[in-house]
Amino acid sequence: MSEKQEFDSRLQAVLRRVYGEQTALASANRLSGGASQETWLLTLNGTGAPETLILRRAPEGMEATDDSRAIGLPNEAKLIRKAQHAGVAVPEVVHVLEPDEGVGEGFIMSRVEGETIARRILRDDEYAKARENLPAQCGRALAGIHRIDGSDVPRIRESTGLAQVEQYEQTYQEIGVCRPIFDLAIVWLKENAPKPLEPMLVHGDFRLGNIMVDEQGLAAVLDWELAHYGDPREDIGWMCTNSWRFGQSDKRLGGFGDVEPLLEAYAAAGGAEFTPRDIDWWDMLGSMKWGIMCMGMYETFRSGADASVERAAIGRRVSETEMDLVNLLEGQRHA
Amino acid sequence: MHDQPSVSELVQAVKNFVDHSAMPELKGRAAFHARVASNVLATILRDLEAREGNDAAEYERLKALLPGSDGKSREALNEELRDKIRSGELTVASAALMDHLKKTAIAQLKVDQPKYSGLATALED
Repeated sequence: MSEKQEFDSRLQAVLRRVYGEQTALASANRLSGGASQETWLLTLNGTGAPETLILRRAPEGMEATDDSRAIGLPNEAKLIRKAQHAGVAVPEVVHVLEPDEGVGEGFIMSRVEGETIARRILRDDEYAKARENLPAQCGRALAGIHRIDGSDVPRIRESTGLAQVEQYEQTYQEIGVCRPIFDLAIVWLKENAPKPLEPMLVHGDFRLGNIMVDEQGLAAVLDWELAHYGDPREDIGWMCTNSWRFGQSDKRLGGFGDVEPLLEAYAAAGGAEFTPRDIDWWDMLGSMKWGIMCMGMYETFRSGADASVERAAIGRRVSETEMDLVNLLEGQRHA
Repeated sequence: MHDQPSVSELVQAVKNFVDHSAMPELKGRAAFHARVASNVLATILRDLEAREGNDAAEYERLKALLPGSDGKSREALNEELRDKIRSGELTVASAALMDHLKKTAIAQLKVDQPKYSGLATALED
């Protein structure tokens, strides 16, 4: 038996445990993901089982380690179930993999129909209604996420706004490049840090690309691996960061809308009351973080760890965030 | 050294090969990386064209911004600028600093990602 056949047969055994002995795995196709996290589309035959499912897994030896910022797939599954109870649109987790099942660490979830590619969501006519609905839907979803009690989920760290400034400053200094715009942004962020709020569970990567969107709008919140306890404004500001407007700069919220309807829906659904100005600091933090993340990804090329042209090229995207930081700092001078 | 074909012409020739010969034959991840490679070649062409002028203009601005800059290299002045920003000696309140950083960012972005939305925003002001 080949390695893939072995994998498929173990996977089928898992599915039979969930859906009964008549279930058969018709195919398992890898969709995407890096070396450490894979996403697979499973198609099934048999009564009582859905036609398709999604498997998220980390192969053996590739699990998120304790010092990683990622919470690990089993904890992600726990959070997704909690989010579902909180009324947030998420896929349904149908099974969390056990070590003795032999297919690595991860979970199987329902397949939610829709689109994740930002440029299609922002451009295509079929998502016109979705773009209208998304701001309020995102506001309600975030209010639900920020209410989740994750105290019984291990490995979720606390990371406040100022702590993130310091963490990324350290990364930038360790990389050792001289890009004064980042120094200016870091000084400004430290001096203008808002009064911290009581930490709550935040998604940590809430933006187009990580949400499933159908013709009516938000269909599911995905990619929970960077969840942490932090400031609720972080999730709102990240979606406003210009890098995540995918070219549609004039629409502050994700390139599809205004932030005001999100904030209104957020407050109406029990979240705190924020003004668009309250999000400015987090918007700046987002550009600073993404710029230093791009530097870090280029470092994996420079160090020889990843020889791909994509990792080299991303180093030439740092200047996008430098431009955004200059534009934002200019705006603060005149504010 | 001979310059026929020039470095730019050679890069352009490779880009033509990637765009018109290689890319149509590729699928999936390889096609994605070919597109990235083509974009990188375009960046190289812009960099070859603009670097000398951009570096010279940046150097002149740094010398005007920082007193006692005689004889210091552009790299040394950039580090001095960074240190003055970190120490709080130069802040966003300095119009001269902001003007310099904005011009530097615009020049870099015109080479790196000329279609990026933030560039259009900066050029509107």
